[in-house]
Amino acid sequence: MSEGRQIGEVILDLKNISLRFGGVKALTDISFDVREHEVRAIIGPNGAGKSSMLNVINGVYRPQEGDIIFRGEHHRDMNTYAAAKAGIARTFQNIALFKGMTVLDNIMTGRNLKMKSNFLLDALYWGPAQREEIAHRRKVEEIIDFLEIQHIRKTPVGRLPYGLQKRVELGRALAAEPSILLLDEPMAGMNVEEKQDMCRFVLDVNDQLGTTIVLIEHDMGVVMDISDRVVVLDYGRKIADGTPDAVRSNQDVIDAYLGVAH
Amino acid sequence: MSDNVRLPSLSTFPRLLMHHAQMRPNHPATREKDMGIWQTWTWSQVAEEVRAMACGLAELGFKRGDNLAIIGDNRPRLYWAMCAAQCLGGVPVPLYQDAVAAEMVFVLQDAGIKFAIVEDQEQVDKLLENKSQCPDLLHILYDDPRGLRHYNQSFLHGLDEVQEMGRIHNRNHPEFLDGEIEQGRQDDVAVMLYTSGTTGKPKGVCQTHGAFIAAAQSGCEFDKLGPDDNILSYLPMAWVGDHLFSFAQATYAGFTINCPESGDTVMTDMREIGPSYYFAPPRVFENLLTQVMIRMEDAGALKRNMFHYFMDVARRCGAEILDGKPVSGGDRLFYALGNLLVYGPLRNVLGMSRIRVAYTAGAAIGPDLFRFYRSIGVNLKQLYGATETCAAVCLQPDGQIKFDTVGPPAPGVEVKIDDSGEVLVRGAVMLKEYYKRPDATAESIDAQGYFHTGDAGFFDEDGHLKIIDRAKDVGKLANGAMFAPNYIENKLKFFSHIKEAVAFGDRKDEVCAFINIDMGAVGNWAERRNIAYSGYTDLALKTEVHELIRDCVEQANAELAHDAMLSDSQVHRFLILHKELDPDDDELTRTRKVRRGFIGEKYGVLIDALYSGKASQFIETEVKFEDGRKGKVSADLRIVEAKTFPPQSAKKAA
Repeated sequence: MSEGRQIGEVILDLKNISLRFGGVKALTDISFDVREHEVRAIIGPNGAGKSSMLNVINGVYRPQEGDIIFRGEHHRDMNTYAAAKAGIARTFQNIALFKGMTVLDNIMTGRNLKMKSNFLLDALYWGPAQREEIAHRRKVEEIIDFLEIQHIRKTPVGRLPYGLQKRVELGRALAAEPSILLLDEPMAGMNVEEKQDMCRFVLDVNDQLGTTIVLIEHDMGVVMDISDRVVVLDYGRKIADGTPDAVRSNQDVIDAYLGVAH
Repeated sequence: MSDNVRLPSLSTFPRLLMHHAQMRPNHPATREKDMGIWQTWTWSQVAEEVRAMACGLAELGFKRGDNLAIIGDNRPRLYWAMCAAQCLGGVPVPLYQDAVAAEMVFVLQDAGIKFAIVEDQEQVDKLLENKSQCPDLLHILYDDPRGLRHYNQSFLHGLDEVQEMGRIHNRNHPEFLDGEIEQGRQDDVAVMLYTSGTTGKPKGVCQTHGAFIAAAQSGCEFDKLGPDDNILSYLPMAWVGDHLFSFAQATYAGFTINCPESGDTVMTDMREIGPSYYFAPPRVFENLLTQVMIRMEDAGALKRNMFHYFMDVARRCGAEILDGKPVSGGDRLFYALGNLLVYGPLRNVLGMSRIRVAYTAGAAIGPDLFRFYRSIGVNLKQLYGATETCAAVCLQPDGQIKFDTVGPPAPGVEVKIDDSGEVLVRGAVMLKEYYKRPDATAESIDAQGYFHTGDAGFFDEDGHLKIIDRAKDVGKLANGAMFAPNYIENKLKFFSHIKEAVAFGDRKDEVCAFINIDMGAVGNWAERRNIAYSGYTDLALKTEVHELIRDCVEQANAELAHDAMLSDSQVHRFLILHKELDPDDDELTRTRKVRRGFIGEKYGVLIDALYSGKASQFIETEVKFEDGRKGKVSADLRIVEAKTFPPQSAKKAA
């Protein structure tokens, strides 16, 4: 890990979160926190509630019980708009890009919340709207440069291979200049080389932009390599929380992953 | 510009740069696409940047006679660094940027590098990895600071800071740099380029300012290049061709170099810039054509038929029209129509709409490939040269293009064929010496001052030089017939499905070959036939692919049967290799030439199998990945017989 990065105070604190869909308990009494500038991984077997957890954080789901404290403010009912406004951006397990639009335009949509000029000026591309567009374009170009996707700038996203689409999605999330980035299985379905690239980008985002990262990942090698702390879920419950080394040697975790003799 | 060099004041590259800064201060000198927008530096700005960099280097202790390693993609500041080193009387040594760390060590040690200017973190990491083996290396300067924030070694410097240091230095000692430039002499070494090393270790070729200026001058006058020309600089900076075109000629004639955004964007950047002057090895032209063909195969029937119809017209008369030869009125009309419908749009897609002169060199180009570009109206010409001769020995003059020769000797260059058929060269463009290798220097430059190129060739009736092969590669079959492997391989490689070929046959009864399929072309071919495959190895093992390649080989055999000297060289058996030949595995040089000897040793079992009449052979090979890790690829390779044809030369001659 990089030495220069200073892990700061807790910026996101989740307390006793419980989420139910009818009789199904997706999450039961889960608490953990995220510190500023850290890479926090959420792992667990299939159906453990990892994606639900992310959905709770950015307000897609409302937990029946529990408290979300983000930068000192209590959000019992976080909603997606408020989350985005507050600086929480995310990528999805199944890519959710605009397939017919170019890479550039897709990333530009990530700037949506930052656009101030009105519809009429935008339509005329005049005055402040023009200046604003140029400033946003500059920002988007920086992201394109950062993610090394210059060669596909003008390519419609639907024509790109999976690994690149994932990278574009990361780019769109970055365009919002988030303080917390939620990544839902950013490396799923990738080959070794693509995974390595993605790891490097995630670490670069964390290191150079100082973005706090919460990620869900199945590849244990990746998780152990890049995260500072890991929380392990199983059947909607938290079974471990700590540094990668501590989690790796935790008996409950080993049982959850390998199964136990009955 | 012809009066330039006669003035003693313009005898070095730094002087030429300062001359342009004065004569055409606001003319664009360098462009680079950055953040999606082309940025331009004028000659006066470039002069300022070079001045700052040179003064900064001086401040760090760079002295006359020191060597400066330059490693990275084509970035403006790396080109300027060359001139900055030259200003101080130092010698820039560009290295291949894709070389693995261990390969770099040899050059760094051999050249006694004290200072290195590199592009980015990747190159810094490579140098740091081997720093202990290069005790001379004192300072590493980097262009792009990304990812280097936490590197706190005191010998690492950002170019920005060094240039800032240089600007302060220049303010305090405004006379310093001009004095240094004044001390530069025409016969000082201007640059050291390492040979690609088809055989043995690379050697550092020392070229003087005089030699490269002579080469640049003759090329610029030959093709009337002036300040308004544009060139896309995308080939490795360590290659003599790029140095001649993007540095020497640009600095001599004052034209604009354009650096692409990244290696992957070259095609788009080329379309945006529309260069008037273009240079590429045959491989690049081949790839472009393959891409065009793949796209045409996927096009609708109307477009495809139109393309093929007009390509037939172009094949019939396109090259003749470009050469200004007499062509019938009907053909002219069809060609004009084709130009409107096919050739023009095609040139536009290739970024070749504005090209006045395009050159290819570095390897033999397939005649059909060459004819294709000329027939669609791209003035593609061949040149012949070597690192040791500043790349400029023979050039094809406009209107005298032959598909199989490289043209008459360039102005001021003397070419002679010795008794063994080897091409000898003498003139101003010759190397001064091999760095620290008097033995090699003595071996390649004879008492009369001729440089031995190692190429076998002869002059045809018009005085054009024809190159057959590397002299040492030309062998004999068991029956005494000439065997020129390169010639056969080039014939095979012209098929878009074949990417690389290695022919064997010296002192054997028959010729056999290894084939590398072209992943793009064959992959597309397979997809359209619903042949599923998981990767290169899988695809290469398919029966259908073997049949496809056999057709290609047999077609090549049919052509060889017409050649009086080479009809015995038809390929009897071949196999498709299970992995692509790769410079990382030492099978190709960095300029992507086949390292015949090495491949012969590495795949000895396969060669034995080809000649023992086996039907298949198992092989396991270690491969190196780009990040230095190793893996293994294994496969059971089929050996395929190809039909051969009786010699047709007698009939053809009649």
